[in-house]
Amino acid sequence: MNSQPISPQAPSPTGPAQLGVDAVRARLRKRNAAARRFRLLCQAAVACSLGFLFLLLATLCLRGYQGFFQTLIEVDIFFDPQVLDPDGSGDAEVLASANYGSLIRSSLQEILPDTEGRRARRALGELVSLGAAYELQNRVAADPALVGTTQALSLVASDEVDLLIKGELSREVEESERRLSDLQIAWVDALDAQGRVRTRLSRYFFTSGDSREPEMAGVWGAVVGSAYTMLITLLLSFPLGVATAVYLEEFAGKNRWTDLIEININNLAAVPSIVYGLLGLALFLNVFGLPRSAPLVGGLVLTLMTLPIIIIASRAALRAVPPSIREAAYGLGASPMQALVHHILPLALPGMLTGTIIGMARALGETAPLLMIGMVAFIVDVPQGPLDPATVLPVQVYLWADSPERAFEAKTSAAILVLLTFLILMNTLAVALRKKAERRW
Amino acid sequence: MSQSTEAAALSSLSVPFRPGGVADGSASLAMSEDIARATQPQIENSVLEARDFCLWYGEKQALKNISMEVPEKQITAFIGPSGCGKSTLLRSINRLNDLVPSVRVDGDILFEGESVFGAEVDTNLLRKRVGMVFQKSNPFPKSIYENVAYGCRIQGISHRTELDEIVERSLRSSALWDEVKDRLDDVATGLSGGQQQRLCIARAIAVEPEVILFDEPCSALDPIATAKIEELMKELRHQYTQVIVTHNMQQASRISDFTAFLYLGELIEYGPTKSVFINPIRQQTEDYITGRFG
Repeated sequence: MNSQPISPQAPSPTGPAQLGVDAVRARLRKRNAAARRFRLLCQAAVACSLGFLFLLLATLCLRGYQGFFQTLIEVDIFFDPQVLDPDGSGDAEVLASANYGSLIRSSLQEILPDTEGRRARRALGELVSLGAAYELQNRVAADPALVGTTQALSLVASDEVDLLIKGELSREVEESERRLSDLQIAWVDALDAQGRVRTRLSRYFFTSGDSREPEMAGVWGAVVGSAYTMLITLLLSFPLGVATAVYLEEFAGKNRWTDLIEININNLAAVPSIVYGLLGLALFLNVFGLPRSAPLVGGLVLTLMTLPIIIIASRAALRAVPPSIREAAYGLGASPMQALVHHILPLALPGMLTGTIIGMARALGETAPLLMIGMVAFIVDVPQGPLDPATVLPVQVYLWADSPERAFEAKTSAAILVLLTFLILMNTLAVALRKKAERRW
Repeated sequence: MSQSTEAAALSSLSVPFRPGGVADGSASLAMSEDIARATQPQIENSVLEARDFCLWYGEKQALKNISMEVPEKQITAFIGPSGCGKSTLLRSINRLNDLVPSVRVDGDILFEGESVFGAEVDTNLLRKRVGMVFQKSNPFPKSIYENVAYGCRIQGISHRTELDEIVERSLRSSALWDEVKDRLDDVATGLSGGQQQRLCIARAIAVEPEVILFDEPCSALDPIATAKIEELMKELRHQYTQVIVTHNMQQASRISDFTAFLYLGELIEYGPTKSVFINPIRQQTEDYITGRFG
């Protein structure tokens, strides 16, 4: 500060040259230029992050969209009673254990050339997925009257054929280096020429669980597992987190204990997530004996991880409620609980929701703690409840990325797209909820 | 913080008078008589009474041995420079200072003969009986209707026709009814500053308090809105005991029946407004009123 009192008189126009209008104007140009540069820099930062985001999404979409589709081969299958039920017993067990792959091979044999001999027959069988035989079996189990009839069916092609049709498999490679022989490629081309090859949105990808066969593998099991896990996390962490925040902000006095609690909560928010997984393994699995790989345990572990985030966000939201509102409520004779429930909580709710959604979004994308409690297992069945073994979307991505089959590459990207879709949906929901809660006031 | 620095700046001013600070025996006796004459007017039907009331914020003493009585169904004004403790005194009456963690009190404040600090006192009931209007208008971010009805709702009144009646009566008494009767469901924060403050008054009188405390109710308002609030306070004079804290001495002289001048946490002078403004007993009061400091 200037120690001399500022003269109340207007400065004379012939004052110091430093503050003359021309000198100021000259500097003004530099100042404005600096402001423009700064603005440009900020815009460049935004453009840079947007560019990376676009790059990520574009790569994922380019690689992943094929994962949503699957190649089908249309064939007429004759449900040969000689193969399925030689004795004509009609027994369900006999039908279930019959050789359906043989039916498929026979049908293909009729429409394709050069299919004599055992080796050729085996090579023919490799054109369609192992799952196709199961599908035939399921059809017969559902309707035994099919035996003896001929049906036009679309069979799921094997992953290699799928890749070939999608153009992912190079034909130039030496025959010994590829998984499909020249003969098999010729067959696929012949089928294609007959118009029997179609590419469709994959039913399996959206409705089934994991599989060793890429063409049969789906994300539905992981989606359901994620849903159960998130549900449990939300049900536990939101009430616990909000109640803790309310207690610490509104009721607890300021003393050494609350200081200790506060420091610990802040520290917990920074603990690496795998540590929570180890804690879950030691506590929930070993001490409480809860089932391994279950969404219940996953939800509990993610609750531990999400709680600090929700508590910190909720406390900030409570602190942001203007004290005048509190005073107004108390001034009318409202009890602390009435002031809290009628005024403070509704005003803090948008902030609390934001914190919760951020925590949930982090939990949805979390892999490490779930590895520790066995949610990384290969699980084919779609979980029916929170106690069934399950996996979650990010773990599914991790599992597929780790698989040797090339066809899983597209599936991995597709699964990431599904995960991102859910994240975007959750964030949109959060924004909508917040807007709604804010508009009420 | 700004209050304490202002107070410090004020204390550095050369104010010759120091109540009770003189060691000489006879002089101090004369002085205490003088104080008694300046701060103990004849009051009939006192509703509120402070007895040697002291208050500390942590280590800092904000109020020093305040003893005074507030008359029933009159307007009492607290005046004084910033940081002199007038708002603190006001907020002690309905114990809103309880919300500040480091507050400690000594002495007593009586409301209708009973201590407001007694162990058996329920602050919720106390605050229902002693309503408050704040410096910054603070309507709840709800509808106009809900703002006025809220005080009754927390008391358990939820019958719609009953509430309608209370809302209309309160809004009429606060001279707001004609302006808002067609938009009771609009959000209260959309009203103008003056309307919001009158809404806060309506909200306060809806629960039928006995005393209304005004904490600088006009400091954020333009002259026209201020005039409306003053008019309103005059109209409510015969129904409620009103206590107003104000920076504006003209306001105090316009509307109040009694005026208390506080300075640095002490009650310097208290008496009928006319005599305080026209014929102040103490030099300090005169200096303040004539604008020589503060």
